[in-house]
Amino acid sequence: MPLTLLDKIWNAHVVREEPGEAALIYIDRHLVHEVTSPQAFEGLRTAGRKVRRPEAVFAVPDHNVPTKDRAKGIADPVSALQVETLRRNCREFGITLFDMGDKRQGVVHVMAPEQGISLPGATIVCGDSHTATHGAMGALAFGIGTSEVEHVLATSCLVQKKPKAMEIRVEGRPHPAVTAKDLILAVIGRIGTAGGTGYAVEFTGEAVRGLSMEGRMTLCNMAIEAGARSGMVAPDEKTFEYLKGRPYAPKGADWNRAVESWRALPSDPGARYDREIVFRAEEIAPQVTWGTSPEMVVPVDGRVPDPAAEKDPVRRAAMEKALGYMGLSPNTPIIEIPIDRVFIGSCTNGRIEDLREAARVAKGKRVAAGVSAMVVPGSGLVKEQAEREGLDGIFIEAGFEWREPGCSMCLAMNDDVLAPGERCASTSNRNFEGRQGKGGRTHLVSPAMAAAAAIAGRFVDVRKE
Amino acid sequence: MQAFTVLESVVMPLDRPNVDTDAIIPKQFLKTIARTGLGINLFFDWRYKEDGSPKPDFVLNDPLYQGTKILLARENFGCGSSREHAPWALLDYGFRCIIAPSFADIFFSNCFKNGILPVVLPADDVDRLFRDAAKTPGFRVSVDLASQTVITQDGAVHSFQIDPFRKECLLNGLDEIGLTLRHEPEIAAYETRRRAEAPWLFALR
Repeated sequence: MPLTLLDKIWNAHVVREEPGEAALIYIDRHLVHEVTSPQAFEGLRTAGRKVRRPEAVFAVPDHNVPTKDRAKGIADPVSALQVETLRRNCREFGITLFDMGDKRQGVVHVMAPEQGISLPGATIVCGDSHTATHGAMGALAFGIGTSEVEHVLATSCLVQKKPKAMEIRVEGRPHPAVTAKDLILAVIGRIGTAGGTGYAVEFTGEAVRGLSMEGRMTLCNMAIEAGARSGMVAPDEKTFEYLKGRPYAPKGADWNRAVESWRALPSDPGARYDREIVFRAEEIAPQVTWGTSPEMVVPVDGRVPDPAAEKDPVRRAAMEKALGYMGLSPNTPIIEIPIDRVFIGSCTNGRIEDLREAARVAKGKRVAAGVSAMVVPGSGLVKEQAEREGLDGIFIEAGFEWREPGCSMCLAMNDDVLAPGERCASTSNRNFEGRQGKGGRTHLVSPAMAAAAAIAGRFVDVRKE
Repeated sequence: MQAFTVLESVVMPLDRPNVDTDAIIPKQFLKTIARTGLGINLFFDWRYKEDGSPKPDFVLNDPLYQGTKILLARENFGCGSSREHAPWALLDYGFRCIIAPSFADIFFSNCFKNGILPVVLPADDVDRLFRDAAKTPGFRVSVDLASQTVITQDGAVHSFQIDPFRKECLLNGLDEIGLTLRHEPEIAAYETRRRAEAPWLFALR
């Protein structure tokens, strides 16, 4: 029987299975950050349990870390304690930590692929919903809760029901200014934030093959915003090229053997998915969210929708609430919405390619008066690379702030926060109420769209730049 | 984990779809290193004014629902961030059961680890419960996990499905890690087999 990529990875990881029950599956790589792990380690201590396979666990502080004046440490004592607790737990349980001050430190979902920790065919978990990102390597990667973090630490396994398989095929070639971010926002806009619930999504098609590894990571990262715990892209030559030589990637004879095995991972011809959805890349414009859920999204040349046109009363009420929160009127053209802040970074769009795209737009221009814009590289290594390429200079000359790596204003757990009522063009992944600061208004866009908005002081269609 | 058997309570209706875990417990409360104490900040932005006083129009602040243990919600409840602080906050506040037409996957799974029963009912049944709650202030239901039913105070019976393993764990308050560790010989045998097939996955130190 022809198998999907999901089938192949799943089958290779089943430790035990009883008919009609969830399976026990083996977890190859476990990523840990400071926010969702303290209670898991505490649970281990209370029960007198050990970390079963500490060498397969990699930790990094990212959510709470400051993005400037890092030499001064973390000012907020509660944040500082959480990061200190991570250090203590890593020491006690023998776990590798990429601490602040280490240039490998960064957002966990930028760090792990960069280090070659995330590999094709592997199962990868983290107490973080954006773990879907690592599926770009051709892995089965998904976010878990803290109780499951404790479970994996103690047992190297998880009790899981096999997800259903969904194929999202993006055919054709997008406009050069249309990015992976626009593709995934368009997908979420069509299938909704619960459209992928219960599924692992495999992204296929010419437009997906055409994406760089960074683009594929952006695509898979936001699978969770469509409700799917995992997004994946079958590995190919680009994947192997990306991984070769990375610190934790296989070496020598192992490398050749691994690549041979990875070449067998892509879904077999004729493999059946539980659901298949097809998009045409040419029909996808740069996207901008207008509301408080990622599914509330329209093309940049569109308008804020009118709740009056929505028949379903629950949805209509949600749209009205969203417009009230966002301070927007129905039918306003997107390109007429002025912005106050710009955030470029996050596990969605904080990689080198994202910064290159933003810099290309910002080069030789100035951030509009009254707009405050910041660029937060996804990791210390991204920052170093960007500085080698002179991107930092382009941003600084244009009036952007150039910061230290971390999650930053994607969820505003550190000092990078929107003030109430401030409107932000953000390359992050969630526009929920209060996500970037209480009362803050988030519009999700691609890095190029965010940089262009910074310069114009409002949204612009980057296809016309 | 506290076992879940039968729960009888007023139902608190929260009538909006796609309630995300950021709304259930905002990020500033994720800095804790404890599991408890989050209930006071449950639904923080919807619940409190700038000065910290309760917003009278938010359902949780309605005296009718003080001490309620069952939350009635709309589709895709618990979407977004995987933060287990969301079920911890709900539990700490006193909720042991959430009834909705659908839940986000990670939140759904997190509930079971904390003795909270997420009940999925057909959208029409949920609609009816919302109407019941609107029509009859203090409308009560009883949730019986063993028989997989929600019984309203008018005697209407709504049946629900649940995974048998999760049901057993919840009914008995079982520790899932302890259960998995009983399979250590199988885990070790898997590793031996897998190490031969894919040695690079184990070549870490």
